[in-house]
Amino acid sequence: MLEITNLRAGIEGKEILKGVDLVVPQGEVHAIMGPNGSGKSTLSYVLSGREGYEVTDGSVTFDGHDLLDMEPEQRAAAGLFLAFQYPVELPGVGNANFLRTALNSIRRARGEAELDAVAFLKMARTEIKRLAMADDMLKRNVNVGFSGGEKKRNEVLQMAILRPRLAILDETDSGLDIDALKIVADGVNALRGPEFSALIITHYQRLLDHIVPDRVHVLSAGRIIRSGGPELAHELEAHGYAGVVNEAA
Amino acid sequence: MSASPPNAMQLATTGFLARFEGNSGLRANPVRRRAAETLRHVGLPTQREEAWHFTSLRPLAGIAFQGAHAVHDHGHDLLARVAGIGGPRIVFVNGRHDTAASEMPDFTTVGEPALDETEDAVSLLNTMFADDGAHIEIPPGVDGETILLASLGVAGAEPVAFHPRHRVRLHPGARLTLIDVSLGRGTYLNNPVFDIEVAEGAMLTHLRLQDDATDAFHLSSVRATIASRGTYDSFALTLGARLARMEVHARLAGVHGAAHLNAAQLLGGIQHADFTTVVAHDAPSCASRQTVKNVLTGKSRGVFQGRIEVARAAQKTDGYQMNQALLLSPDAEIDSKPQLQIYADDVKCSHGATVGELDADQLFYLRSRGIAEPAARAILVRAFLAEALDPIAHEDTRAVMEHAIDAWWKGHNP
Ligand SMILES: Nc1ncnc2c1ncn2[C@@H]1O[C@H](COP(=O)(O)OP(=O)(O)O)[C@@H](O)[C@H]1O
Ligand SMILES: [Mg+2]
Repeated sequence: MLEITNLRAGIEGKEILKGVDLVVPQGEVHAIMGPNGSGKSTLSYVLSGREGYEVTDGSVTFDGHDLLDMEPEQRAAAGLFLAFQYPVELPGVGNANFLRTALNSIRRARGEAELDAVAFLKMARTEIKRLAMADDMLKRNVNVGFSGGEKKRNEVLQMAILRPRLAILDETDSGLDIDALKIVADGVNALRGPEFSALIITHYQRLLDHIVPDRVHVLSAGRIIRSGGPELAHELEAHGYAGVVNEAA
Repeated sequence: MSASPPNAMQLATTGFLARFEGNSGLRANPVRRRAAETLRHVGLPTQREEAWHFTSLRPLAGIAFQGAHAVHDHGHDLLARVAGIGGPRIVFVNGRHDTAASEMPDFTTVGEPALDETEDAVSLLNTMFADDGAHIEIPPGVDGETILLASLGVAGAEPVAFHPRHRVRLHPGARLTLIDVSLGRGTYLNNPVFDIEVAEGAMLTHLRLQDDATDAFHLSSVRATIASRGTYDSFALTLGARLARMEVHARLAGVHGAAHLNAAQLLGGIQHADFTTVVAHDAPSCASRQTVKNVLTGKSRGVFQGRIEVARAAQKTDGYQMNQALLLSPDAEIDSKPQLQIYADDVKCSHGATVGELDADQLFYLRSRGIAEPAARAILVRAFLAEALDPIAHEDTRAVMEHAIDAWWKGHNP
């Protein structure tokens, strides 16, 4: 599904990703762990097509297509979704309108019929209930005045509505209390299946207790230095990154 | 004195004066004659005058405007653009009342206006030529509901100029929502003057849509006096005309009055639009609010000049002014000139200005959700305007304005 080969990328002339190799097969959930500044967010931005990053080497394919050649909106239409580490506030843009516009843009791009306001609201309300979010969430401006936890849940709500084929969650767990963490995990687990893959970026093993990954990778200084099964997360929790980084060095 | 602008403007002035001299009906009125004398003296303004520093009337200079004759064109296609606004309507075509297209509201007459003396050059022109207009007078305590005042310019091969003079008077405790739209086609000068009186405790909501033709000139002025506890709440949306200047002069004459002079200017191509206000706080404890939003593309230029004059007696004045611009192209330009003249000591007056482009992070966030770039840009522009549009309580008008903004956006993003 997602194949990253020797990806080198940077910003403003500074190389941050220094040859990343990673394969996420269809239907699998992989975790990326790594110290602050190791390039996790950079990887998520390069995959979703944010401007300003230069890819200097390597390739990324998504369902066999060259992902790096696509506009951000084309990547979304193809089924890629990024839950932002720092969700962006959109003053003056209502959440319901935002979500419906996004959903219908993607449906249009895929040649599917658009949802009318009534059908959309019905669906959105169901998801909101499932994520134990406040009812007024849809009426508010996108992320404006949201608490940290509300912003993260709003990312998960978008994911639930847009139903991606590959979701990248960039530290969606940070700043969440244990109840919110469970809700987020339930949101991801609800999508799990043969048609859904995920790349979960996290610092902590605790999210991975709720979303058990198929594989865990350690990113350090712009490279995947170790990969393993779910037990690798426990090892990191016990010995810290330093142990793993030194071992790989 | 090598600069040529004064010569061009003198020629333009002479053109208007010649048209006035040629019309004995107009000349018969002493107020008009005095206006013409004054104009002959001061001439149409050049950019050397401080109040016109940012706006040049030179594009007017080469055009031989004719007085508007009666036309057999009711501008139905133009009116269709505001069909969403129901209720009574007063329609003017090239400055002349069009009985057939109108659905006359209560409390309204039309015809030759009573002329007050005017001072500034643009209103002097109006005083010289104004021969028609609406006269709306809402009795004490009455809610006049909604009146649509539509001014249509329909010019063919010959450029025309028209100068309607409207008078709106709200007696104590009266209310009215006046929706004033100007639309048109061809080359014309639309030069209306609104004389407005808001008596004690009365409230006038003035919603304005200036969507004049691309080749048109729009020079309007509002002169409003607001008595104690009265409110003049206005919002002007500028989309049209090649050159536009809206002046609003509001005088807060009694305690606890309020004036809201809000505007949005969406410009593209070589358009130039100027929103110039003067708020005179002559009485204590009044509030004035001005938020002006500019969305500028192409080589357009937006101007906001806002003067707040606080008289010695006007203690506890609360004045606020904000000019915000979104520049969507490197060649667009915004000029902001706040002016505070404060002679009282216990006042709160603030002004500010922001200029920026669309936010790259916001744009990426929208696109990452599948929204294509042009649509994402449109959403952010609309969001920028939300603060101005969302408070419009009259839903029909808000819908018409939003529709006009959508059309504007499509026109500038083919
Ligand atoms: N816009 C930027 N300009 C310059 N350096 C950046 C920029 N964004 C990130 N970096 C640097 O790139 C490195 C990786 O950052 P990031 O991908 O955010 O790491 P992580 O998400 O793993 O904490 C850090 O050293 C960071 O300082
Ligand atoms: Mg990060």
